[in-house]
Amino acid sequence: MNERYTPTAVALHWLMAALLAVLFGVGLYMHDLPLSPWKLKIFSWHKWAGVTAFLLVLVRFAWRTAHRPPPLPRSMPAALQFAAHAGHAALYALMVAIPLTGWLMSSAKGIQTVYFGVLPIPDLLGKNKELGELLTGVHAWLNYLLAAVVAGHAGAAIKHHLIDRDDILMRMLPRRPPQPPSHGELS
Amino acid sequence: MTRTTRLLLLALAMPLMPAAHAATYALQPDKSALTFVYKQMGVPVEGRFKKFSAAIDFDPAKPAAAKATIDVDLASVDTGLAEADEEVAGKNWFDVKNFPHAKFVSTAVKPLGGNHYEASGKMTIRGHTQDVTAPFTFAARGTAATFEGSFVLKRADYGIGQGEWADFGTVANEIQIKFRFPATAGK
Repeated sequence: MNERYTPTAVALHWLMAALLAVLFGVGLYMHDLPLSPWKLKIFSWHKWAGVTAFLLVLVRFAWRTAHRPPPLPRSMPAALQFAAHAGHAALYALMVAIPLTGWLMSSAKGIQTVYFGVLPIPDLLGKNKELGELLTGVHAWLNYLLAAVVAGHAGAAIKHHLIDRDDILMRMLPRRPPQPPSHGELS
Repeated sequence: MTRTTRLLLLALAMPLMPAAHAATYALQPDKSALTFVYKQMGVPVEGRFKKFSAAIDFDPAKPAAAKATIDVDLASVDTGLAEADEEVAGKNWFDVKNFPHAKFVSTAVKPLGGNHYEASGKMTIRGHTQDVTAPFTFAARGTAATFEGSFVLKRADYGIGQGEWADFGTVANEIQIKFRFPATAGK
């Protein structure tokens, strides 16, 4: 019965994928910009998008708890099933840890995160230069790790599709709208 | 009670009396703080000046006779980020090469009731002089006293933040200046 992800889970997955791709690219681009109003703006937008990604991962957790994902194919060897679950656990752990380190590094650098310039998120850490630099490194390395795990995740999905020829990739793609009924061929 | 004993008792009691006489106060530099808070993308960010000096003549019984001169070494600005310190010292902001100091010279002090007072005076930064008014409190214990207060100045009034920074969208015009000056009364 439960062979596909729910349309909500599919939408959340691809929304998150797009958001993470943008956040990662912007993060790489912005970190060594010379100080300018543009830099201050793009840092703020990056933070707001990061908070959004964090909220989105909480929504995904809630949805996943209420709607269990479809099982992996029985034909998959146990070791690969374990690897798939470990990979998904790592993705979720990083999707939580990366925004948290971003928030903490912001506090340590003395610049509070204020969601969309409106909602202040409390500083858990006081201003501390050394800690700020340390957390910047942690934030960057967790991102490189995420990029590596995402590459493995996408590679595995493609392998399932092209080599194993199962429905692992298809069940996470948006369902195509139902085709109009055909009226015979070459009438 | 002999005259000598009375004089001796008076001498002993002296330090317990409030320092209600006119006095020239010298700052305790290591305990004094001159900080500023500005809004960057809607986020309040704090910085400070490391070097400043002040000469304050103050008698709580005769506030109208008070005089204060405060001199700030603008190159000692500490925003918490090295690249921001460099930027703010540069020609778009303080232009410390041409205008190394900010200076406040009081013109009037009036009592506001209790230990609250208000100092008016001339603030000069980057060659621009503006009238400013700063409410402050005065708390004395023996020969030690603390002057503490804050006021808001508008950076554009002094030409602070020019060129690409002139727009208030990223860095707001209003800058809150906070001072806390523990001082010791001289002879």
